[in-house]
Amino acid sequence: MHPPRPLVEMLGISVAFGPVQALDSVDLRLYPGEVHALMGENGAGKSTLIKALTGVHPVDAGEIRVNGEPVAFSGPAAAQAAGISTVYQEVNLCPNLSVAENLLLGREPRRAGRIDWRGARRRAAEVLGRLHLDLDPSSPLGAHPIAQQQLVAIARAVEVDARVLVLDEPTSSLDASEVEELFRVIRRLRDDGVAILFVSHFLEQVYAISDRMTVLRNGRLVGEHRTAELSRRQLVSAMVGRELEVLDRLDHAPAAPADDEDPPVLSAVGLGRAGAIEPVDLDVRPGEVVGLAGLLGSGRTELARLLFGADRADRGEISVAGRAVRIRNPRSAIDAGIAFTPEDRKAAGVVGDLTVRDNIVLAMQASRGWMRRIPRRRQDELARRWIELLDIRPADPDALLRNLSGGNQQKVLLARWLITQPKVLILDEPTRGIDVGAKAQIQALVAEQARDGTAVVFISAELDEVVRLSDRVLVLRDRRPVAQLAGDDVDTDHVMELIATGGEAGA
Amino acid sequence: MRELLRKPIWPLVALLLLNLAVTPSFFAVRVQDGRLYGSLVDILHNGAPLALTALGMTLVIATRGIDLSVGAVVAIAGAVACSWIAASPDPASSGAALTGIVLALGLAVVLGAWNGFLVARLGIQPIIATLVLMTAGRGLAQLVTDGQIVTVNNDTFSGISGSALFTVPVTVVVAAAVYALVALVTRRTALGTLVEAVGINPEASRLAGVRSRSIVWTVYVFSALCAAVAGLMISANVHAADANNAGLWLELDAILAVVIGGTSLAGGRYSIAGTLLGALTIQALTTTIYSVGIPPEVSLVFKAVVVILVFLAQAPKVRALLARRRRGGSGPPPAAPTTPAAPAPAAETTGSGR
Repeated sequence: MHPPRPLVEMLGISVAFGPVQALDSVDLRLYPGEVHALMGENGAGKSTLIKALTGVHPVDAGEIRVNGEPVAFSGPAAAQAAGISTVYQEVNLCPNLSVAENLLLGREPRRAGRIDWRGARRRAAEVLGRLHLDLDPSSPLGAHPIAQQQLVAIARAVEVDARVLVLDEPTSSLDASEVEELFRVIRRLRDDGVAILFVSHFLEQVYAISDRMTVLRNGRLVGEHRTAELSRRQLVSAMVGRELEVLDRLDHAPAAPADDEDPPVLSAVGLGRAGAIEPVDLDVRPGEVVGLAGLLGSGRTELARLLFGADRADRGEISVAGRAVRIRNPRSAIDAGIAFTPEDRKAAGVVGDLTVRDNIVLAMQASRGWMRRIPRRRQDELARRWIELLDIRPADPDALLRNLSGGNQQKVLLARWLITQPKVLILDEPTRGIDVGAKAQIQALVAEQARDGTAVVFISAELDEVVRLSDRVLVLRDRRPVAQLAGDDVDTDHVMELIATGGEAGA
Repeated sequence: MRELLRKPIWPLVALLLLNLAVTPSFFAVRVQDGRLYGSLVDILHNGAPLALTALGMTLVIATRGIDLSVGAVVAIAGAVACSWIAASPDPASSGAALTGIVLALGLAVVLGAWNGFLVARLGIQPIIATLVLMTAGRGLAQLVTDGQIVTVNNDTFSGISGSALFTVPVTVVVAAAVYALVALVTRRTALGTLVEAVGINPEASRLAGVRSRSIVWTVYVFSALCAAVAGLMISANVHAADANNAGLWLELDAILAVVIGGTSLAGGRYSIAGTLLGALTIQALTTTIYSVGIPPEVSLVFKAVVVILVFLAQAPKVRALLARRRRGGSGPPPAAPTTPAAPAPAAETTGSGR
């Protein structure tokens, strides 16, 4: 099916950062016209391998061949000149520039030494057209949702005639229809003979798109397999390298459904904000997990932000534990016993240049005010306990948070709130872009919190996850609530249908 | 102290040694009329206003802000105090001096609150918000003094600059006390951490419940207060308020001192010890220009060269280059971690670095 010679061969690649061996003699082969998935937990070495391929990190040992020729890229620009384009997990574009400018930044068509703007817009429209993206090239990039920006980043990567396209977690912020759109583009590029390296934490997507996969664990190669020949279970066990008790345990996770007689701890009536979400009624009882399901932009994040006061509601009322509260900002929500981890972990959650310890105690310290510092010994105690409890790695309270992997950062953010013992815990995509192991730990933690009587509002782009964890699910669509499901009605197919049809058409 | 040693102390040392080479008696200190005298004392004494202003600036910059209005506040503080004293029934009395000082400091709180209001409440970019007062403030000072230089003959007021406490000039004592106080407060309370959190990631801090608005407000008020004290020192030193020239361009020197001290203009992590070093370096530079006898027409160029050298030596790229030279110059460059300046920690979680 594939020609005998791979387009890219990486042989015996080793990369060390100081004393830490990030990659230890890893091989990777990419064939033209194939989608190759690179699999592994966070910290397995996926990003490092990609950066070695694209010239970001020099390799300590091993050889990279493109078309059989040994190469040594001095940097991403050299790799790109050789036809290797990369799209990273975070959108690395300039939101203040237009879509066209972003697409062609650094390679704008020139005429007589000046940028040919008309030509640039035409070229941009062509590229967007090729990917069937309906965007105005002259609109500012920042005006579009993150998902669209991601697609622009991909468009930018294929704008040069890339022979190898590296996609590092391209789907982590896309909803189902956008993923489908992206996959159409990927398949088209594949059929053109492009070799595609695809990294994703979503197993279903990997199985849907990839032909072949390479599995890494702890910087070592576990194996290369044809996707069709490796079951999901085998794959996950190859990635985590341990028995899957965590995942199994989760299948029995849903806590005992809360008693309907219990008064809700969080109750919102007619809560809404013009342009963000139509009025919603929502009750969450102690010990209950309420899932918010819907596509990106359906209003699930918007609702969570209103509940926490991150955005101010312009109508409706909120009461906590039966008492009406006015939530004007996060501070007043926190005082009422509400905690919230935002969807955009990096921009709105992580204080990267502070230590793990400072981040863990941040919310508690903020509540005490700056005058009453938490004594150092107490800080150490809290940090040590929660690092151990949530298995945060590295287990070093003095590490800067930005040096931790996504999953571990998320655990630190959870610890930040859990030490304040909130009545209501609102989690917006707590498992996005993190590895299977950390994901299972966080899911288990959510179930455990609910068992201990915390009311949880849980948001995830992965329906399976929402359904598995939630006692009740509020389905949102087009910034409107369409249904609330409870008990046996909570099932993936049903929720999916409601999201697709809004519960009106069909049935 | 250990923190101090990690800061770029060599430019200051180099400047002092240069002076020693030119003037062998440069380090000499003598006591006269119960007060210390000598070039080193002069550097501390003359550098006190800059050191104070830069201290306020450090906290402002740590919150991702900048305060361009400090020079204007210096002028206003001097103008208000001197005008009050000159207009009082007994211009030589201590009462007039004290009232004038309190008035000046009180006004500084109002001006700092105004900056804080524009930045924290209205969300105006700090550089624009404080530019308003930078421009308007000097006009205000001129209005107070009627465009004249207001001279005062008041021993209490002059004492701010001229007197000594246990032979140490009061200016130095005051500056040292404020530094000590800030170091203590930021370390013993959570203010330091919260200021850094707000500077590193304002949105994350807001969502964690940090009252970032009041913190930002506080640092602008503190910055204005520091500038006002500096303004009182400057006008007490010359027994006059010069609305046109007092504190002129001081804001730029203050920013320079902060940056030389290693605090990033991007906000976040800051260093009080570094700022002190930066301020003293700048003052030593000014003193050197006079003491070494550099002609006035090249003094700015000399200053520029020194500043450029200091910054180049601190630039991560230049450091990496020098380090590679020292190691022999062959082989691949060191694997670049996320922050070139601090190579160690980036490798802790391999593979997920971004």
